[in-house]
Amino acid sequence: MNRGVDLRRYFGFFPMTLLCLFILYAPLIIVTVYSLNDSRSITSWEGISLRWYAEIFTGPESEKFRKAAWNSLTIAVMAATTATIIATAAAIGMIRGGSFRGKSASFALISLPIMVPEIVTAVATLIFFSAIGFKLGTLSILVAHIVFCIPFAYMPINARLQGIDASYEEAAHDLYASRWQIFWHVMMPIMSPGIISGFLLAFIISLDDFIITNFVKGAGVETLPTAIFGSVKQGIKPNIMALSTLLLLLSILLVTASYFVGQRREKPVPTNQKPETEA
Amino acid sequence: MAANIGTGRAVSSTFAPLRIWLLLPGWLSIGFFLLIPVLLMLVYSFLTKEFRGGVIWEPTLAAYDQFFFDRGLFGDDPRRIEWKYISIFWRSIWQAGGATLLCLIIGFPTAFFIATRPDRTKVIWLLLVTVPYWVNLLIRTVSMKFLIRDNGPMNDFLQYIGLINEPLQLINTNIAVQIGLFYSYLPFMVLPIFAAVERYNFTLSEAASDLYADKWTILRRIVIPVVSPGIFAGCILVFVPSLGAFLAPDLLGGAKSFMIGSLIEEQFKGNIGNWPFGAASSMILLSLVLVALFFYARAQSQGERA
Repeated sequence: MNRGVDLRRYFGFFPMTLLCLFILYAPLIIVTVYSLNDSRSITSWEGISLRWYAEIFTGPESEKFRKAAWNSLTIAVMAATTATIIATAAAIGMIRGGSFRGKSASFALISLPIMVPEIVTAVATLIFFSAIGFKLGTLSILVAHIVFCIPFAYMPINARLQGIDASYEEAAHDLYASRWQIFWHVMMPIMSPGIISGFLLAFIISLDDFIITNFVKGAGVETLPTAIFGSVKQGIKPNIMALSTLLLLLSILLVTASYFVGQRREKPVPTNQKPETEA
Repeated sequence: MAANIGTGRAVSSTFAPLRIWLLLPGWLSIGFFLLIPVLLMLVYSFLTKEFRGGVIWEPTLAAYDQFFFDRGLFGDDPRRIEWKYISIFWRSIWQAGGATLLCLIIGFPTAFFIATRPDRTKVIWLLLVTVPYWVNLLIRTVSMKFLIRDNGPMNDFLQYIGLINEPLQLINTNIAVQIGLFYSYLPFMVLPIFAAVERYNFTLSEAASDLYADKWTILRRIVIPVVSPGIFAGCILVFVPSLGAFLAPDLLGGAKSFMIGSLIEEQFKGNIGNWPFGAASSMILLSLVLVALFFYARAQSQGERA
């Protein structure tokens, strides 16, 4: 029929893909390699060593990094947990709520943190906190993080719930299960891959944030990105490259975990028919 | 109710009555901590500046006046257009536009290639493109700076293979910022185009081929128009964050490649700041984003009608 022409292949697209991946990975690989450099200078290569990794934990800046890492992790865990709970409730309300007035407005509100440019969110949040006299510090960072994590947690949970037939809940309801029992014993097990992906994405987003944190952190409080930024402003040092490499590995680990949890989502829930879209 | 079992219903009478309570935490947290703050920022942009940061509650148009007009050193000259801030915004727009174009040139072939792989290898290619997106943007920008700096690995390599004699001085130029923006948001371009090409029905291409259209004509006249919603989505996902980017211009650019993000940030740092001016600049940025989103929504709805 198509005279032997493969319409799915175009000359040059494969090299372009390789180029794309090369561009995406080259800087990350270079930094990883140079973080293993024994030299004090970042320009010359003097053999492999882990001294800069040791320096992160024992060097003069180790106290600062430890505090920043602790802040980053506790804020990310709390923000992601809270955002995931809010997003789960919202997804059930949106998808199982039928059609109601203000549904698209609700959806717009939930996606608002993604639509507004980060710097604008940062400015608005700072102005708001200062106007209501909210003291800047760990708590203000946490509140800001919860808000912008909600849509990231919401998306995978929403996608998962859309694929689940409501008849499971109906069946449980017919068997006199309470709402709480239905939620806990019927919905949670089926929704869990979406909830776990949502949590992990929110966690990474919180851990990565620089701009908003930088605005609302207040004096003296640092997270890892703000600490790294402050240090990089005075020039890239080898210990920062080692720290960056560790964070990079953590991100890759989390995304891969999220991906494999997501793979479980691909397995169809035993249902006769998946609703394609939710109007 | 029983008749509906297994027909793929999404509405459940179990949770529908509770929807208000389920949605309330989301409404309240985003409404209270983002929607109200943005509205408050609009109010602040019309207030008088306090010299040590913050505002005095006296309404004025001073912030917008400062943005658009120059009234001389003492503020009593006749109004002339102030180009300083407009040119920063203009630079941001073309930097973001340039980054979008670069991302499209690299991202479209990549997305098309990945979408036409067999299912088993497709997920691996896709994961490879997605992973860098989830790596901390700050770390990626710093990595890029490390790579392209004057005596960095890229210049060493190019000199080693004899392509250049003198190191390329990219840092603190518009080109470095452009590279940084392109690098930051490249995965955003690939993913929506991938999704669109994956849904594309290749029997359309076959029909065109049977009518003696050559491959590149098919790509230009059939594939691209059909997947254009994905292309528009990719462009918007690259353009909008590039416009307000802070890290790439701040770390890779210098004073001559100042962009909106840095201008806004400066207004809220230390004693030199001007909160109403920062709020006004943020509002102007937000309006530009809304304009971009409006064109996007219009293009999408036209795409649906076509």
